[in-house]
Amino acid sequence: MGVENPLGDNIITTSLDALVNWSRKSSIWPMTFGLACCAIEMMATGASHNDLDRFGIIFRASPRQSDCIIIAGTVTKKMLPVIKTVYEQMPEPKWVIAMGACACSGGVFDTYSVVQGIDEALPVDVYIPGCPPRPEALLYGIMKLQDKIMKDKNSFGNSIGLGTRIESAAA
Amino acid sequence: MATTEKMILNMGPQHPSTHGVLRLVLELDGEVITKITPDIGFLHRGVEKLSEHRTYHQVLPLTDRLDYLAPMSNNLGYILAVEKLLDIEVPERAKVIRIILAELTRLKSHLVWLACHALDIGAMTVFIYAFRERETIMETYELISGARMTSNFFRAGGLSMDVPPEFEKKVRDFISSMPGYLDQYEGLLTTNPIWLKRTIGNGVISAEDAIDIGITGPALRGSGVDLDLRRDNPYSGYDEYQFQVPVGEKCDTFDRYKVRLVEMREACKIINQALDRLKPGPVLADSPQVCYPPKENVYNSIEGLIHHFKIASEGYPVPAGEVYQGVEAPKGELGFYIVSDGSSKPYRMRIRPPSFVNLQAIEKMAKGSMIADLVAVIGTLDIVLGEIDR
Amino acid sequence: MADNRAVVRLKEKFASSIIEIIEFRGEVTVTVHKQDILNVLSFLKQSLQYNMLTDVTAIDYLGKKDERFMMVYQLYSIPNKDKLRIKAPVSESECHIQSATQVWETANWLEREVYDLFGITFENHPDLRRILMTPEWEGYPLRKDYPLQGPDREPYKGRLS
Repeated sequence: MGVENPLGDNIITTSLDALVNWSRKSSIWPMTFGLACCAIEMMATGASHNDLDRFGIIFRASPRQSDCIIIAGTVTKKMLPVIKTVYEQMPEPKWVIAMGACACSGGVFDTYSVVQGIDEALPVDVYIPGCPPRPEALLYGIMKLQDKIMKDKNSFGNSIGLGTRIESAAA
Repeated sequence: MATTEKMILNMGPQHPSTHGVLRLVLELDGEVITKITPDIGFLHRGVEKLSEHRTYHQVLPLTDRLDYLAPMSNNLGYILAVEKLLDIEVPERAKVIRIILAELTRLKSHLVWLACHALDIGAMTVFIYAFRERETIMETYELISGARMTSNFFRAGGLSMDVPPEFEKKVRDFISSMPGYLDQYEGLLTTNPIWLKRTIGNGVISAEDAIDIGITGPALRGSGVDLDLRRDNPYSGYDEYQFQVPVGEKCDTFDRYKVRLVEMREACKIINQALDRLKPGPVLADSPQVCYPPKENVYNSIEGLIHHFKIASEGYPVPAGEVYQGVEAPKGELGFYIVSDGSSKPYRMRIRPPSFVNLQAIEKMAKGSMIADLVAVIGTLDIVLGEIDR
Repeated sequence: MADNRAVVRLKEKFASSIIEIIEFRGEVTVTVHKQDILNVLSFLKQSLQYNMLTDVTAIDYLGKKDERFMMVYQLYSIPNKDKLRIKAPVSESECHIQSATQVWETANWLEREVYDLFGITFENHPDLRRILMTPEWEGYPLRKDYPLQGPDREPYKGRLS
C-alpha cells in the first residue's frame, strides 16, 4: 500500500493544499502538558516576555481541542501510558515536539525509571535540544514545525476524505 | 426519596491545575470531596540512585533539576552538606553572593507560586505580571552562569566563578523596583472580592496537625508556627542579617498568601543588606584538594592542567561520615542527608523534599470542601513535582 | 556529646537498647535496637519535645555490615531548635520494623517510600503500598544490588563514566 493522492498535483489542488496548510500552521494549538523543568520554560515562552499568542498558539487543556503536543520534560515509565492515551485522544492531523534533552534522549537521567527518549513511543516531528531549552529555542522549534506543516501534500484532499496526507521531513 | 451514590473522579496526571504530573483520585458526594488519594511518582527520575554513581561534583547539576523553580536553593543545600562533610570554610564574598542568589531564588519561586495560584483561581493578569518580573531574575541568572534556569553555579568551597561587575547594579535596580511590583500584585488580589471569597477560610489546617504531618516553610508559618531555619539554625551566615519571619493566624489559604508576600518583601531587604556587604575578595576557598585551580593556571601550566584533570575525572575524596543539612528553601525545609564511605562518590544521598511532606496534608486541608476549593489548596501548598518524585 | 540533653536522658532510660552514640560535625546520632525503636521515638516526642519528624529513610549496607539495612529518623524540636538522628539496623532476613505512624503522621508517606525503594515492611502501617513506582514494579530500586539502568537494559556505552 503506497500513499494515495487521487487529486494529483496541479495548480488548483496545490493552491488549496497551501491554503489548508497555512491555516493549520497559523493556529497550532498545543496541549498544556508540562512534565518537568522544560514546562516552566514553556510557560515562560507563553507569558508576557516572549508571548506565543502572536504565532496563533493558544494552549488548550484538552487533547480533543489540540493538534500539537509538546513533550516538555522527562518521561518516566509510569507516565508513558498516560502520554500515549493523551496522544491517541488528539484528533488528526497532529504533531509532536520533543522539548529538551530528556524528551529527546533521556538526558542526564540514564536510570531505571526514565524512558530514554519519547520517540520510543510517539512519532516526533521536531527535537529541541537544551536542558532546558531557552524560549527562543522553543520558538525556533515551533517555526521549524510550521515550515514542515507548509510542505504537507494533499492536505486538502485528505481533509475532504480523499487520499492520505503526505508529510515531509522537517527542513 | 432521592438516593445519591459516591462518584470517583480522576484528576490528573494531565490536568492544567495540578502543577505538573500529580494525580488525585477523588471520591465525591455531589460536588463535595469525601476522600482524596494522591498518586505520585509520575516524575520519579531516580536522582538518589543516580547520585550514588556520580562524583560529588557531578551530583550538583542533578540537584538543579529537583525543585526546578528554585535551583539555587537546592544547590545551596547540597553544597552546604558536602562542605560540612569536607569541613572547609567558605570565603566571605562567596557567602554573601550565595545569600543574594538564594533570596533571588526565593523571589523567583514565590513569583511562580503567585502566578500559578492566581491563574488557577482565575486572576490571569497576575500571571502575566509575575512572569515579567521573573524574567529579570532569569536574566540575572544568565548573567552570572550562562543558564536561565539550571544555573549550577555553586561549588564546594565557594562559587564556580566571580560575578561580573554589572551584577550588583542589575540586582540593585531590580530590588528597588520589586516592592512597587508587590504593591501592584496586592492591589490586584488582596482587596479583590473574588480572591478573598476563594481564599479566606479555605484549606484550614491547625498548627498541631501541621506539625504532626511535618509541614514546613510558608505553609507551616501560615498556620502560626514560628519556625524558619534561616533564623533558628542559621547556615551560610544568615545569622548576620536582620529580617522578620511572618506568621499567619487563621491557618487558611489567605494567611499563607500573606505570609509568602511578606516573605518576598523580607527577601528584598536581605538582598539589600547583602549587597552592602559585598566586598572584593576571593570566591573560592584555598583548598586545592577540592577546588578547581584558576582558569589561567589550567591554560598556562601543566601542573594546573593536571590538577584540573584529576578533580574533573576522579573527583575529590570526602571523609567518611554522615551529615544532614537542612536549608529553608522557598517551599519548606529542604534537607540533604549524605552518607560518605570515604570515596569520591556519595554512598547514599537522601533528599528530604519539602513538597513531598507538605502534600500529605492535602486530604486534611481539602476534605469536605468543593472541587474548586481543592484547586486553591493545591496552589497554596506550592508543590513542585520534580522534588516530590525526585 | 555527653552534655547533649537527649543523650543523657536516653542513656538513663534506654541503656540496654542503645548500640552506639556518635557525634560527627556537631550532629548526634544514636543507634538503637529495632525492637525498641517505637519506645525511643515516642519517649523523645513526649518527654523531650522532639515534636517534628523531619525525615525517615534507609541505607543499604550490602556486604559492608552484618545487618544489611539501617533505618534513619531525623528528629527536630521546634521549642528547643535542635536536631537528633536515630538509627536502627534491620537485617535482610527479618526485613521489617514497627511503623512510626502512631507517633507522627509524617511517617506515613515517608515509610511508604522506604518500602517502595528498599523493600522494608512496616508493621501496623495504615496504608503500605508502593508510592513512587507503579504497583506492578518488580524489585526495589535503591537497593545496592539493583542496577542503575534497571534489570532489562544495558547501560549506554558511549560516555566516559
